[in-house]
Amino acid sequence: MISSLLHPGLLLILGGLLLPMFSGIWRTAWSLLIPLLSLAGVWLANNNAFPAITFLDYELAYYEADRLSRLFATVFAIMAFTGILFCYRQARITEMSAAMVYGGSAIGVVFAGDLITLFVFWELMALGSMFILWAAGTRAAWYASRRYIMIHLLGGVLLMTGIVAHVFETGSIAFTAMQIGSVGTWLILIGFLINVGAPPLSAWIADAYPEASFSGMVFLSAFTTKTAIYVLLRGFPGTDILIYLGLFMIFYGIVYALLENDMRRILAYSIVNQVGFMVCGIGIGTELALNGAAAHAFTHIIYKALLLMSAGSVLYMTGKRKCSDLGGLFQSMPLTAICGIIGALAISSFPLTSGFISKSMITQASVNQHYLTIWLLLQAASAGVFLHAGIKFPWFVFFQKDSGLRPSDPPWNMRLAMLLFSFFCIFMGVAPGLLYQLLPYPVDYVPYTAAHVLTQLQLLLFSGLAFFVLLPLMQRTLTISLDFDWVYRCLLPRCARLFGSLWSHINHGMSLALLWLRQGLLTLFGGIYQSPVVSHSVVRISLAVIWVVLFLAGYLIFYLIEF
Amino acid sequence: MMKKHWLYTDEGRRTVWRVGLAVLAITVIVEWFVSLHPHFTIEKVFAFHAIFGFLSCVAMVLFARLLGFLIKRRDDYYDQ
Repeated sequence: MISSLLHPGLLLILGGLLLPMFSGIWRTAWSLLIPLLSLAGVWLANNNAFPAITFLDYELAYYEADRLSRLFATVFAIMAFTGILFCYRQARITEMSAAMVYGGSAIGVVFAGDLITLFVFWELMALGSMFILWAAGTRAAWYASRRYIMIHLLGGVLLMTGIVAHVFETGSIAFTAMQIGSVGTWLILIGFLINVGAPPLSAWIADAYPEASFSGMVFLSAFTTKTAIYVLLRGFPGTDILIYLGLFMIFYGIVYALLENDMRRILAYSIVNQVGFMVCGIGIGTELALNGAAAHAFTHIIYKALLLMSAGSVLYMTGKRKCSDLGGLFQSMPLTAICGIIGALAISSFPLTSGFISKSMITQASVNQHYLTIWLLLQAASAGVFLHAGIKFPWFVFFQKDSGLRPSDPPWNMRLAMLLFSFFCIFMGVAPGLLYQLLPYPVDYVPYTAAHVLTQLQLLLFSGLAFFVLLPLMQRTLTISLDFDWVYRCLLPRCARLFGSLWSHINHGMSLALLWLRQGLLTLFGGIYQSPVVSHSVVRISLAVIWVVLFLAGYLIFYLIEF
Repeated sequence: MMKKHWLYTDEGRRTVWRVGLAVLAITVIVEWFVSLHPHFTIEKVFAFHAIFGFLSCVAMVLFARLLGFLIKRRDDYYDQ
């Protein structure tokens, strides 16, 4: 029993649930210590340490560690620790508690050796993240959380249906690499893809995440999409369709981020963009590409969290999110600006940063496979990343016009968390061997060659030139961009209202018909229905009966068609 | 009246542009001294990555601009 408490995921979940029982210094110590213990557990717990659990005749493999799962669990635990460091003096207790449950469930997913355990942690993640959104305490966050949970419950239902079909077909609940083809595997893939932010349902990321609190989005950016990358890596490596979905996501992210005015929505779109690179790598499916996707997930969590900490600090200190309200902040928030720029350079894969050593593996894999078009698109996209995140975010927030705002840098714990992740971004970029030795396959790739550094610098610096040449075309406007979420935010509600009024018309017509019928019957037989009250309820009941009859008739027709 | 940071003066901006363009020129000139061992034929074009990076960014910005006419709405669109 004691050993099962050391399951790194369960440990973090229980730690999060117990957190509100502590107060003062004990709460601080608990919230920072538990993620570190979980990190230790990732490397110390071994596969056979946990008691067997059986569910419906299936033995659950709820802790199966290998290189891939350890890699993801490591960065999740680091993220949980640094995220809490960033906000433990400022955030609500609900948010911190939920963040620990959320991170713990993500770790639970990556150690799940079977589909049932995976599903349980998958859904716990959705709940944890929803509580983080609620903790923001605004109306916008409340409505966004409802749309968010709707999408994730839909994903969950599809995933569960897929799992049932898959288990029925193969007789095994083990989570291993699958081939798409059967209904079960397709549904599982779709369930995974919804969490990864694949089209057409990419909008939930930019819709929900930016409504979280200044620190909530730091947690949200890390776990859901990257857990989905993990399950795709394990479940569907080398699935061709992922290449094209990934490329679509890459350019979707760039274009929408270019149009966006809200600094945190820019970063949300850039999550879709970066995850697109990983999905594309998984689709290419060679060892180099899969290593690249895994490495990129690792580095991405850290630099995206850093970017969001920087944006979160600005939000915390100024209360403003829109680029059109910000600018010139480097003068009074130098540390936040520098850390934001380091994150921006890392996301752009600048040499000497973590993004350079991870993304280039995916690009190199496309070269090794001689995929010219895909390589060209990936290169164009790399230039586009510098454009929409690498320059646009720091430029509009910290430079551009002087907004006259003079906030100071945020409190020390927030600064410390940013410094820690800035250090990671540079350290991993300077010493790539550290990350490479954790990757699932042996690495035979050297990122730092003169040719690679030079071509990358040309690509990035000239896209920087393009940004400043085209600056007049990119002036911020007070606008949002329509996306697929318009369907469930506008179109479907309108249809529902239309259908509702149609429905009441139909009902009204049928009541009239029934009254007319009753009148007819009264004239014929007379005296049976005396009281007007009774007669009224009789009309209502008969209306209900008619609907029931219609539904049953419908069933009968379907039944007859089936046979 | 707050003192203007040098980055916000005309002279400061000119300096930044000059330094930036010099760095751009260097990254292209250095290509003469580094063997790039290109994999695809198209990479053999001189300064290919610089040209490709610039042009693809122009294309993306223009595409976003055009798409913007279609899908941009006031930012209180969903509040109504």
